Amino acid sequence: MSRSTVTTESAPVRLLLIGTAVAFLSLFLLLPLAAVFVEAFRKGWEVFLASLHEEAALDAIKLTLLAAGISVPLNTLFGVSAAWLVTKFKFRGRSLLVSLIDLPFAVSPVIAGLVWVLLFGAKGWFGHWLAEHDIKIIFALPGIVIATVFVTFPFVARELIPLMETQGSDQEEAAVTLGANGWHIFWRVTLPNIKWGLLYGVLLCNARAMGEFGAVSVVSGHISGETNTLPLHVEVLYNEYQFSAAFACATLLAFLALITLSLKTAVEHFTGHSSQNNH
Amino acid sequence: MKLIALLSFLLATSVFADELLNVSYDPTREFYQEINSAFAKQWKQQTGKSLTVKQSHGGSGKQARSVIDGLSADVVTLALSGDIDSIAKQANLLPKDWQTKLPDNSSPYTSTIVFVVRKGNPKGIKDWGDLVRPGVKVITPNPKTSGGARWNYLAAWAYADRKFGGDEAKVKQFIGALLKNVPVLDTGARGSTTTFAQRGIGDVFLSWENEAHLIEKEFPGKTQIIIPSISILAEPPVAVVEKNAKKHGTEELAKAYLSYLYSAEAQDIAGKNFYRPRDAKALAKWSKNFPAINLVTIDKDFGGWTKAQKTHFDDGGTFDQVYGNR
Amino acid sequence: MSKRRVIPGFGLSMGFSITYLSLIILIPLVALFLKAATLGPAEWWFILTSPRMIAAAKLTFGASAAAALVSTVFGLLVTWVLVRYRFPGRRLLDAMVDLPFALPTAVAGITLTAIYAPNGWLGETLAKWGIEAAYSPLGVFIALTFIGFPFVVRTLQPVMEDFGSECEEAAATLGAGRWVIFRRVIFPMFIPALITGFTLAFARAIGEYGSVIFISGNLPMQTEILPLLIVSQLEQFKYEAAAVIAAGMLIVSFVLLFLINLLQRRLSWQNR
Repeated sequence: MSRSTVTTESAPVRLLLIGTAVAFLSLFLLLPLAAVFVEAFRKGWEVFLASLHEEAALDAIKLTLLAAGISVPLNTLFGVSAAWLVTKFKFRGRSLLVSLIDLPFAVSPVIAGLVWVLLFGAKGWFGHWLAEHDIKIIFALPGIVIATVFVTFPFVARELIPLMETQGSDQEEAAVTLGANGWHIFWRVTLPNIKWGLLYGVLLCNARAMGEFGAVSVVSGHISGETNTLPLHVEVLYNEYQFSAAFACATLLAFLALITLSLKTAVEHFTGHSSQNNH
Repeated sequence: MKLIALLSFLLATSVFADELLNVSYDPTREFYQEINSAFAKQWKQQTGKSLTVKQSHGGSGKQARSVIDGLSADVVTLALSGDIDSIAKQANLLPKDWQTKLPDNSSPYTSTIVFVVRKGNPKGIKDWGDLVRPGVKVITPNPKTSGGARWNYLAAWAYADRKFGGDEAKVKQFIGALLKNVPVLDTGARGSTTTFAQRGIGDVFLSWENEAHLIEKEFPGKTQIIIPSISILAEPPVAVVEKNAKKHGTEELAKAYLSYLYSAEAQDIAGKNFYRPRDAKALAKWSKNFPAINLVTIDKDFGGWTKAQKTHFDDGGTFDQVYGNR
Repeated sequence: MSKRRVIPGFGLSMGFSITYLSLIILIPLVALFLKAATLGPAEWWFILTSPRMIAAAKLTFGASAAAALVSTVFGLLVTWVLVRYRFPGRRLLDAMVDLPFALPTAVAGITLTAIYAPNGWLGETLAKWGIEAAYSPLGVFIALTFIGFPFVVRTLQPVMEDFGSECEEAAATLGAGRWVIFRRVIFPMFIPALITGFTLAFARAIGEYGSVIFISGNLPMQTEILPLLIVSQLEQFKYEAAAVIAAGMLIVSFVLLFLINLLQRRLSWQNR
């Protein structure tokens, strides 16, 4: 415990706080997680492994990875750019911009899918043109990607904005005075300061991108082996009364959270960062 | 934009030799799995070409909407003719008289609505009249979001209509009392199945006949089927989505596929999967699963789907009225 | 204004951000509003003021606010514990916070229903006390808390990890007690992040569909949420009416987000 005694609570208070937090997490998170695993293994290891090895499941996993692999980098780029814009400069319409960034969170997944249908569907704005040129967007990979991008749009930006707001821009301003150029400032001054927030943002964005169900369901077309992502495949299995298989695939997505943690830990270890004494 | 165009191009060009997309509704998964492999075998014998039938399943209305919005189905096999009507009307992908193109109203198999109760029928439920008794909990999906639920609703309506000699006020009262006994309105038929069979909620579940048999198979020894005095003839229709098939060059294949559904082999598969076959021989073979029921039809009793949808399920229809909405 | 423009990159970040925002968010939403605008004001009014709509709106916004509030309170506590204390199992708990993001909402709905249904793990006990957890407004609240909780923790966590102990130490040297330090020194620093977390949890809850429909029961006038009404309009092939409800929800959400962001700005400038 590297914190000095004046900046931490007495032992009983600490225990009480830890106890309450653990109780809350157990009730709201551990219990559902346990339920998922219990269901997944109800019929034993063999069914569990077989259901992950099925061709439709493998196709779904591939598609999910591909869709997340395209949408997460795009949103990361945007997130950094938008956070820089919003926290380093004061300009008219700034609050409006921040609210617009948040907006996709408030858009129901049903609508997040529907808007793309209104644009690219057969009867949508570009539907006719797309059909003439035989380009498929809706009910194919591009549709799944743009729906995912829409849903996960705010994550990185939202993670960075409060962080960079708290940090202020004194360091950047000092660097400018010393004659550093923009990219230099970003890589040498800003990025080291925000790397943890950025990492969180990317991990969250990725987790959500892989888990998205509602919006993707609208634009996927549910063609098995072709446009079913992993979450959609889970639904298919559930509807086929293959409950164990459905939950087995769901555990894959739950494992994501654990994988992201080990990634985070590895990066922390690698860079020698520790959140205990970071200043 | 360029990236998207490129990706779509890659996807569009990856078309295999013979391929067919069948857009269907939820409870037909098991049935079409069997049909597809049997038909592919026959197709190979006849033409020497291998065939992949791709399946898409979901709620009937949602699937129809996807086809309207551009899901390139070669054939649709949905829960209600109203949904295929919408495809014809809103997207002009097939002629308005599509239902005359194949025998038996383009429905190679039929089904109906039955009751599923707990083993031993502890609440003594025999007929629709028992569903409005206080203390009886009824499970049905939401007619606003589920095709199957619309059949349930109309079957109940038909019973009450006969019981009260067409007195609409009394019929509505009956329906209102029935809906008051519904504690959960799931959005789809399979959701309701889970609520009833897994969560143990409700005393009686209004279900497709084929689903009722599936429940007995999946949850053995927990439920039994009750046949009400009257029910409704559900004719799940099939059709070639002509414009799409033409574009894909699959017209012949699509037609052959749907005609195959009327063959002795396919009719037998239908009976095995608890759909009532049209073919007398297959029906006789599986007759133990299909007791005779007094059935009303959507055309005779409700003036067809378009009218039934408008009267009962559109906003302001009888379902809304019963729930006190304007 | 000119003083803050010292830092380079305004043009680039502005250009890219606005272009991307327009392509991904604005154009699709404009399409939605144009679709909704094909109906006249009278029809908007008729759709948005039907009793069923109002009941659903009350439930959706009420349960979302309650869930976001609970998430914020417990989010602060959980983040504090995860960042400041060391105890066995901490890393596991930390990882689990992301679970609601990773789990497909439909799976979350099914799982929560299995737990809280009258024959479920917890539901059985609750039912004995006469509490109906699943298939009631309480079920909606539970699902929305599950969905929104990680937002609070994950927005607060980086800020808290970056928070140095200098101010605390200084305050302690001046003889301030632990609770006073927390209230006067530490807590104010977290307010912007807390408000952001609340906003995100709230916004996300309003639109949530997949998990709620399994646990809510979907009874008209009682446990029906707004997104379900959109879906039932779509089932009638009424894209316009669906767009109207969606647009109505968006306007309300946007106004709320905007107000909260304004508030947050003022608070964080005051802190400077």
